[in-house]
Amino acid sequence: MDFTLDKKHEMARSLFKEFAETEVKPLAQETDETEAFPAETVKKMQKYGFMGIPVPKEYGGQGCDPLTYVMCVEELSKVCATTGVVVSAHTSLCIDPIMTYGTEEQKQKYVKPLATGEKLGAFALTEPGAGTDAQGAQTKAVLDGDEWVLNGSKCFITNGKVADVYIVIAITSITEDKRGRKKKNFSAFIVDKGAPGFSFGTKEKKMGIRGSSTYELIFEDCRIPKENLLGPEGKGFPIAMHTLDGGRIGIAAQALGIAEGALDRAIAYTKERKQFGRSIAQQQNTQFKLADMATRIEAAQLLVYKAAMAKATQKVYSVEAAKAKLFAAETAMAVTTEVVQLFGGYGYIREYDVERMMRDAKITEIYEGTSEVQRMVISGALLK
Amino acid sequence: MNIVVCIKQVPDTKGGVKFNPDGTLDRAAMLAIMNPDDKAGLEAALRIKDETGAKVTVLTMGLPKADAVLREALAMGADEAVLVTDRVLGGADTWATSTTIAGALRNLDYDLIITGRQAIDGDTAQVGPQIAEHLGLPVISYAADIKVEGDSVVVKRQYEDRYHELKVKMPCLVTALSELNEPRYMTPGGIFDAFDKEVTVWGRADLKDVDDSDLGLKGSPTKIAKASDKVAKGAGEKVNLDPAESVAYLIGKFKEKHII
Repeated sequence: MDFTLDKKHEMARSLFKEFAETEVKPLAQETDETEAFPAETVKKMQKYGFMGIPVPKEYGGQGCDPLTYVMCVEELSKVCATTGVVVSAHTSLCIDPIMTYGTEEQKQKYVKPLATGEKLGAFALTEPGAGTDAQGAQTKAVLDGDEWVLNGSKCFITNGKVADVYIVIAITSITEDKRGRKKKNFSAFIVDKGAPGFSFGTKEKKMGIRGSSTYELIFEDCRIPKENLLGPEGKGFPIAMHTLDGGRIGIAAQALGIAEGALDRAIAYTKERKQFGRSIAQQQNTQFKLADMATRIEAAQLLVYKAAMAKATQKVYSVEAAKAKLFAAETAMAVTTEVVQLFGGYGYIREYDVERMMRDAKITEIYEGTSEVQRMVISGALLK
Repeated sequence: MNIVVCIKQVPDTKGGVKFNPDGTLDRAAMLAIMNPDDKAGLEAALRIKDETGAKVTVLTMGLPKADAVLREALAMGADEAVLVTDRVLGGADTWATSTTIAGALRNLDYDLIITGRQAIDGDTAQVGPQIAEHLGLPVISYAADIKVEGDSVVVKRQYEDRYHELKVKMPCLVTALSELNEPRYMTPGGIFDAFDKEVTVWGRADLKDVDDSDLGLKGSPTKIAKASDKVAKGAGEKVNLDPAESVAYLIGKFKEKHII
């Protein structure tokens, strides 16, 4: 066991840190205020290979490992959680399932442009009536000759409308077991933006990560080629669950980054801010708060990195991912709330970044499986 | 075409300079980075590579840990890297440094050698021109733009109040300004590849046509006698004067401090 980063990972971190500080940080506040998708930043990230970090080189990626990718999301999220989730949803939720379950043709056609960043990806599972209970989804797909015909809608889709490629989960059959209970069989599909019958509905107005493009997807007799079925027919649900295991490591990294970014601000501010004739960092109340936050963040970081290493070396990493996401998200929420408090009245003003970080932190406890879902996964494994 | 870029690992002086109690630079307390002028020189070389397919080799002289700047250069897109390191080369002034680097360069094929204008630690701006002198090459310093035209380079040389445009036949040496360009970032895959690559390591024995008496501390005509921190500014002085007196007072102070 070795807890020190090797030189190449250290250098990769310094690259992500420099990029985040120079290119992303100056735009973070504006991205939040205007709720505009950071398209220019994505273009720059495309140029430097950030959109396909863990993807093998022969598929247009950088040939690095999950840990490198996680550090990228972490460093971006330290300064802008919106930019962090753009990379995470694209890499974990769209590229990863095609890499894992796609045919060679699908990888050539879809992974290559996604990994180079020429195209952007998204993942669509959630529906208005089916969030945590993903089995409740209603969107259907029927084979008609050489085409699948999709009908239904998806909601809260990250990178919605701006993405070019969507992984969509839909019911392809309903079977009855011996006791007469009906069971929905889901399949996964690759859907291109511009497919006939595929349109976008409401853009969500969110509390945080406001530059991230969150849309409703609508399928009205949407026709896609037969060969865009991803993985075997009827295996859509396990594909979605496997995809989310990886995605949770990405969100855990985002939450970790938010917490680290907030602590960095708190350290700088409390050293500078004077009350009662000395800096508030000289008050023991502040010192103990900083110590608690730093300790919690390091615990979260170890869980997140362990999950990333598990993804690199193990076939199944659901529990590692669930623990990392649960703890990192709750750390981000607790830390950002405390940092706003340390900033006092200024922390509540939008000019200071910490209130944005607090708003951004909350979503990490909800999306890609709520904290309650993570607890279900963890306890399920414990009590098996 | 072959381009060799000479780069140096320097302490990052951006966050202030730290000293040991004995007055020498506390390098361990400061982050080590690629010298900014050298990085611009490397970027210029990589742009020529993008256009013409030139081969870019980076060369540094330093401690074994200077390997880090070579990996960084490889991750940005350089093709080959050479580290010149040897105990006997330590403590070199600009003469001994340029002798060493010229000795290493004699082993390489080059059409164009690029160095930075100056390193932010020593701040002499002497090594580049001295290398050119050792190798008998023309030198253009303070390059604000570098272009390749056939077998020549066209360089915009910065002066205090103007630019000169010079065209020089290769082989030649150019020293680059950090204002020359915005160096590219590394790529994550480039970093992984850089650590898989072999860095060529040369010692004293690999230097061509150099004399021991010109190397290291012993071969340095200059010696640093003393180094010290900047003298801290004293406390300010507050005076109460009317406007006319204030002007006279300020001008008097400025003259006294040779500001005007």
